[in-house]
Amino acid sequence: MDILSNLALGFSIALTPWTLMLAVIGAFVGTIIGALPGLGPSNGVALLIPISFSMGLDAISALVLLTSVYYGAMYGGRISSILLNIPGDEPAVMTTLDGYPMAKQGFASDALVISGVASFVGAFLATIALMLMAPLLAQVAFKFGPAEYFALYMLAFCTLGGIGANNQAKSAMAAAIGLGIAMIGLDKTTGMTRFTFGNLHLNDGIDFLVAIVGLFAVAEVFHFIESHGKDSAIGVKLGKITVNWAKMWSTRWAMLRGTVIGFAAGVLPGAGASLGSFLAYMGEKAIARDPESFGKGNPRGVAAPEAGNNAAAGGALVPMLTLGVPGSGTTAVLLALLLTLNITPGPLLFTDRPEVVWGLIAALLIANIVLLVMNVPMVKIFVHILSVPSAILLPGVTMIAFVGIYSLTGSSFDMLMMIGFGVMGYVFRKLDIPTVPVILGILLGNAMEDNLRRAMVLSDGDWTYLFSSPIAVGLWLAAALGFVAPMFLRGVLKRPPVPATDSYDSD
Amino acid sequence: MKGDRIFGLVMMVVALGYLLSASTVETSFLSDPVGPRVFPYIIGALVMICALVMVLRPDPDVDWPGPAMVMTLGAALLALVLYALTIKPLGFILPTMLASGFLSWQISRRPAQAAIAGAGLGIGLYILFKTVLGLGLHGLPRFLMG
Repeated sequence: MDILSNLALGFSIALTPWTLMLAVIGAFVGTIIGALPGLGPSNGVALLIPISFSMGLDAISALVLLTSVYYGAMYGGRISSILLNIPGDEPAVMTTLDGYPMAKQGFASDALVISGVASFVGAFLATIALMLMAPLLAQVAFKFGPAEYFALYMLAFCTLGGIGANNQAKSAMAAAIGLGIAMIGLDKTTGMTRFTFGNLHLNDGIDFLVAIVGLFAVAEVFHFIESHGKDSAIGVKLGKITVNWAKMWSTRWAMLRGTVIGFAAGVLPGAGASLGSFLAYMGEKAIARDPESFGKGNPRGVAAPEAGNNAAAGGALVPMLTLGVPGSGTTAVLLALLLTLNITPGPLLFTDRPEVVWGLIAALLIANIVLLVMNVPMVKIFVHILSVPSAILLPGVTMIAFVGIYSLTGSSFDMLMMIGFGVMGYVFRKLDIPTVPVILGILLGNAMEDNLRRAMVLSDGDWTYLFSSPIAVGLWLAAALGFVAPMFLRGVLKRPPVPATDSYDSD
Repeated sequence: MKGDRIFGLVMMVVALGYLLSASTVETSFLSDPVGPRVFPYIIGALVMICALVMVLRPDPDVDWPGPAMVMTLGAALLALVLYALTIKPLGFILPTMLASGFLSWQISRRPAQAAIAGAGLGIGLYILFKTVLGLGLHGLPRFLMG
């Protein structure tokens, strides 16, 4: 009953015409962002944070707008996967495996409808699971002290670095660089400046939005200029959109299995949507009676990964809202949004500001219904947008990145720093160093140090205090396992060959 | 091979500088048992270890861009830096037209299309941001606005 009354509160906030309009706009923009190769949920949301902040939206409006963009991007990624064989973003990679063959055989409309419905099933059920699970986890989170939080941050870095990267040293380095950048500026406890080298611009530290937009969006510009001309895939003609109910009904279990696997993958800190869709696809293939038909246009090969990546998007919100620890690149960006809006995620959020949490959940449910309508009957609109040439699109995206940071900070110094982060992101990608741990480090660095120092105050400098509670020990063990296990599992979890692509999104 | 080694060495130098800089952070007598230096020390040491691993066990090298592409990327970088420096004194529209037109030309190599894209983006984005989204932007150079 508690949940129902909370949900009623949420809908009373989210069902105003203004919020509904924001959800529709966010879902529309998000689908476009997802569909465009090279732009995905994380850089799309990153681009829009500074702008929505400069527009002076209040906390709930901004949250509704940007989470709609987030969900929309998860829906939109499949469109270019199916029609162009170019994944619109990283989680949509698995959808190309069966989606493009289906389109080539003349079933483009079926593939789009099934994947659209699968996205809805995954996202909708995951939002309901989020609703049931988040308050429970928030209860557990109340038992967390500074030692547990420190261990939890370690867990996030370790699993993110372990699962997300090919080389553990490189992801650990990326996390350390992010933490190092977070140290710049005033030390809250002593009031002394650190690593500013006398530059007054650095006294407040480096704005994480500058780093995020630089690493995710500006780096994409350099990457795109380098790879232009390679995305000359010939699109598949799309006829009239019709719904083949029988075919869709035959994929119902694939959708549900994909949802469960995706949601579980999303809840794990550090895993995220790409892993969710990957595991959902591999799971579906493993239990299928006809595994050889996967990769040749099997509708279940479209339904499972799409349900998986959308469910993972919902699952990733669970640790982000209850513990303040994001599970993926995109939720790291959403965490940045919350921090910008002065909302501190964590168990207290559920008791102190229920209107934020439940308004957000209600908005997600609404956004999903809007997205189902946009992505099944109205999918043709987005197909037209895909034909905008990149020579217009990319400069436009770049300028949006600059305007966002400029209207937020009004300083050339921050824009130059953003370009610097862009160059860094480009070099890191060349060297196969993941950039998401850098973002996570910048976002969590101060909280992590703060918790370490508070733990040491409590224990009067005794470092064994960090391992003194069962919860903390469990988290440390999970962290060690999450970092080391992928080294051994890498052979088992080998990704199937995916079509050569130049789109990329660090989720 | 080479890329990882060079980056590892650069990061070792950076980490050393970071550690040295951390050792000069002033602590006040009010500080806690850990103080403001320990966490940066841990970070610096971690970077040092990871950089060492990268130098000793580098991954196979990737395709670095050729000289022509480096020039192109350098030009794009220069255009972005100039854009960042001129958007304030010259207003939004003109620098945006030039920068987006230049980037467009770099991608398509079609001057006419690039000119139209630049002009369209400069004006279109200004209208979008200023009128629709209500951001506080100056459209024209300050001295023309009076």
